[in-house]
Amino acid sequence: MEHDYRLEKRRFVIGGAVIVVVIVFLIRLLSLQIMSEDYKKNADSNAFLKKIQYPSRGVIYDRNDKLLVYNQPAYDITVIMKEITELDTADLCRTLSITPEFLRKRFRDLKDRRLNPGYSPYTNQVLLTQLSAEECGIFQEKLFKFPGFYIQRRTIRQYNYCAGAHILGDIAEVSKAEMEKDEYYMPGDFIGKLGVERSYEKQLRGEKGVEILLRDARGRIQGNYMDGKFDKAPVAGKNLKLSLDIELQELGERLLEGKIGSIVAIEPSTGEVLCLVSSPTYNPQLMSGRNRGKNHLKMARDPWKPLLNRAIMGTYPPGSTFKTAQALTFLQEGIIAPSTMYPCHHGFSFRGLHVGCHAHPSPLSLVPAIATSCNGYFCWGLYHMIGAKKKYGTPQKALNIWRDYMVSMGFGYTLGIDLPGEKRGFIPNASVYDKAYRGSWNGLTIISISIGQGEVTLTPLQIANLGATIANRGYFITPHVVKEVEGEQIDPKYREKRNTMADRTHYEEVVQGMRAAVTGGTCRMANLPDIEVCGKTGTAQNRGKDHSAFMGFAPMNNPKIAIAVYVENGGFGAVYGVPIGRLMIEKYLKRELSPEDEILAADIQNRRIDYGLHER
Amino acid sequence: MDYMRGSVWKNVDWWIIGLYMALVICGWFSICGASYNYGEPEFFDFSTRSGKQLMWIGCSLGLGFVLLMLEDRLYDTYAYLVYGVLILLLFGTIFNPHEIKGSRSWIVLGPVSLQPAEFAKFATALALSKYIGEYTFSMQKPKDMATALAIVLLPMALIILQQETGSALVYLSFFLMLYREGMTGAVLFSGICAVAFFIVGLRFGNELMPDEMTSWGEFSVLTLVILLSALLTKIYGNRESRDPIYIAGIGGGAVLIGSLFSCYVIPFNVCHLQLWLCGALIFFLLLRFLHERIRNYLYIILFTIASIAFFFSTDYVFNRVLEPHQKVRIEVLLGMKDDPSGAGYNVNQSKIAIGSGGLLGKGFLNGTQTKLKYVPEQDTDFIFCTVGEEQGFLGSAAVILLFTALILRLLVLAERQNSRFGRVYGYCVVGIIFFHLFINIGMVLGLTPVIGIPLPFFSYGGSSLWGFTILLFVFLRIDAAREK
Repeated sequence: MEHDYRLEKRRFVIGGAVIVVVIVFLIRLLSLQIMSEDYKKNADSNAFLKKIQYPSRGVIYDRNDKLLVYNQPAYDITVIMKEITELDTADLCRTLSITPEFLRKRFRDLKDRRLNPGYSPYTNQVLLTQLSAEECGIFQEKLFKFPGFYIQRRTIRQYNYCAGAHILGDIAEVSKAEMEKDEYYMPGDFIGKLGVERSYEKQLRGEKGVEILLRDARGRIQGNYMDGKFDKAPVAGKNLKLSLDIELQELGERLLEGKIGSIVAIEPSTGEVLCLVSSPTYNPQLMSGRNRGKNHLKMARDPWKPLLNRAIMGTYPPGSTFKTAQALTFLQEGIIAPSTMYPCHHGFSFRGLHVGCHAHPSPLSLVPAIATSCNGYFCWGLYHMIGAKKKYGTPQKALNIWRDYMVSMGFGYTLGIDLPGEKRGFIPNASVYDKAYRGSWNGLTIISISIGQGEVTLTPLQIANLGATIANRGYFITPHVVKEVEGEQIDPKYREKRNTMADRTHYEEVVQGMRAAVTGGTCRMANLPDIEVCGKTGTAQNRGKDHSAFMGFAPMNNPKIAIAVYVENGGFGAVYGVPIGRLMIEKYLKRELSPEDEILAADIQNRRIDYGLHER
Repeated sequence: MDYMRGSVWKNVDWWIIGLYMALVICGWFSICGASYNYGEPEFFDFSTRSGKQLMWIGCSLGLGFVLLMLEDRLYDTYAYLVYGVLILLLFGTIFNPHEIKGSRSWIVLGPVSLQPAEFAKFATALALSKYIGEYTFSMQKPKDMATALAIVLLPMALIILQQETGSALVYLSFFLMLYREGMTGAVLFSGICAVAFFIVGLRFGNELMPDEMTSWGEFSVLTLVILLSALLTKIYGNRESRDPIYIAGIGGGAVLIGSLFSCYVIPFNVCHLQLWLCGALIFFLLLRFLHERIRNYLYIILFTIASIAFFFSTDYVFNRVLEPHQKVRIEVLLGMKDDPSGAGYNVNQSKIAIGSGGLLGKGFLNGTQTKLKYVPEQDTDFIFCTVGEEQGFLGSAAVILLFTALILRLLVLAERQNSRFGRVYGYCVVGIIFFHLFINIGMVLGLTPVIGIPLPFFSYGGSSLWGFTILLFVFLRIDAAREK
């Protein structure tokens, strides 16, 4: 057979073509398998169905181990878009009692990656949340008709007492911003929005578990991946024990019915908040379950602002309760001695300036001045402090020293309570006045701050904390509402003593004054027969009717409770502040109100203050 | 020929047998992986796919043994008979009432279903070898060439009638053998050019140049035509002449200036200019032919005209001749349509499966993509995904290299045949296996269109495995009997 050598060379062309193709394949393999991670990620999201196991959220008790908040099963309806076949929209809407428009909107929102960044047509997406067992039962029966729809068991918060809404707070679906901040959260998860639910979110929520399931191309589950080796069991949330006394809280809320104001009670020795009433309040149950959004919106629009926790967010002129802090400052600075007498003829009158006062003997020393809540006494004190040129040089320096005292007592800055949204109030310093008066001001210009008026504002919590500081004779512990977290230490800052700049002996003088106010001064109504109550009224002037305030503690020696009452537009401190303080102290220390005080309580509960709504 | 019973074992090429065994075993393990469905592995249970495949493998080995034991002259002698029988079977299946997955290409014989198309490749190769192996055959005789082509086209047509276009395309692989046997390279060259023009023309047909008048696809193809003409003039024209430089220079320069002018000064359709240039080129080449009397110039003119005509007819072919699903497949492959859950789903999932394998793979039976049926046809056409996912880059590269070794060894064997019959048959085997490898793995890697043809020795199915076994072992028998 003849050989054609020219043609024989063609075997190299053919062999070469084979080799070129093989090299192209190898390069392609290399780029697919080694150079790129994308395919691996795709494969995982293809094949693994991560089924989240929700932990039960921690429950909340009060200081007497009364269960306040617990969980009740609720049901979410979830959907996997890819699995939906021949959806009977009308039937689905009927079963879930929703409108077709709402359903369409939900579907649109689910698919909108701006609203729902984790959307995938292959994974469970939450369609409706928090259905009750009954609602879900109807759906469950028809579930077979709706392929792609699933029921996911969740829990919602249930409340045993209709009280303490501001402290307990609530939970709601995470917002997009919250999801971006913390990767733990997925769309449809719940997060604490207010109160301790928010501030102790990490402890309450626990840790989600995950079950990694293998899913085939048709979405059918083929069992656990690696027999559950990589599954994670959920860790239940930790239970909280609040320092709150729920019965005291209930009484406080009862007493403030129909009034705007707040009551804060603190155990002085520990800084534990015993009650934190803000009125008007609301039923915490309204903020749980499916109607939360509706209720929340309604309350947000309410001119009475029930959502505002006035106890820590309301800043008010402290009025005469502030005089105790002034007394401590002047005593410590040596501006006055306990025996110093100041005149007061229906007020402070000096160089044409007059600050009014009520009828009482004059001149008078510190204890009666506190007891009768003499304005003149404290105006003179501040005037002399700011004017003490020898001691301080300038009014500016004097005022900044004064400011330091106030700050040491917890004013002007947030105290650091374990609740979100605390306000700091306002304590002016020299530069504030320099700006306002272009540097030309003296003790007289700013005289009203000595009686808790003018620029000074405090939160009711800060006033109560002042009471606790005086009760402790010189120190306080940062107020907090959580007493114990299951299996965890509370923040050490809630056990540290914070000393003020005044000495214990000066505190004793102020205590005497406050005791005298109860036994024979402005707070006589707080005089309980067998409890040595110390108190100080406050009547804060403002644009409308005066605010009624009371600050006190009891018993005098070995104080168990310090309290601040603040009723907006309540008039004299003695009108609302003192009787409410009395009832609260009695309730806390004796656990029961006497029959006469029950009548008083009912009376106060039924009293209404006429607020012009336009002012709010 | 010196033939003695028993000496076949001395002469047979053990390399091929070794590679064959290696591929078949790897294939079986891949099928185990692809059909394993979480639970107790029951690879040897004949009701499972892996069990059945094991049975097919056993039969294949028996078949291979029998084929080696038969006298080599039998293949030569009965080539036409085998071909005739297979053509009848193919013809019969057109009227086959049994449809399997929408295809009528199966003949059901009790429990066994056979696909005659898989065996027809062998029969066609044998008949073609016999015909070309005749002493009287000459490539230069149009009648001989036409007969050879008819031998190829007849089964091809029948298979197309069965709606199995993919299997029919395999018959194009015989052109590789024809090329080796002396068919002018121009045929292969034209084929490649046609595919290139088709792809470029379609892919960029709707994308416009910055002047918004000229289509990129048209522009690129016409530029290619001019440059290729220059190249052909260089290779086949007068060696001393500087024509190619003029053609490339003037043509390329004019196109460049034209397109710049169009983009920045006055927009016009550059393709019109290119067509004029082509006309000028044809005229110039015609002058050259008349002057130098070299016929190659005529062929180049033919190439130019045919290229342009072909290009302008692709649009028609694409929109009128191709079936919608084929159109979509081509569009997705060319990246003109992005449809990961539709037509692109298979390829996309197959890329994910392979890509997720990494360097070392997830381990035997640990692939998630293939197990969970994300990859369609995962134990037949997309079997290579399982290799990619479970054995990783090393495993899949090893498999590709095994195939390469087999093909190159077959090439060596084909070249050492003394008879034209043997060599032609050898090249047919090389062509068929190479074509399958190229299309199948290319498809799985997302490089070639999705054409449903099996990966030799790997894909599940008795017909396919037997078909390739027969093809290979008949060649081994022919090779073993060659004169020393």
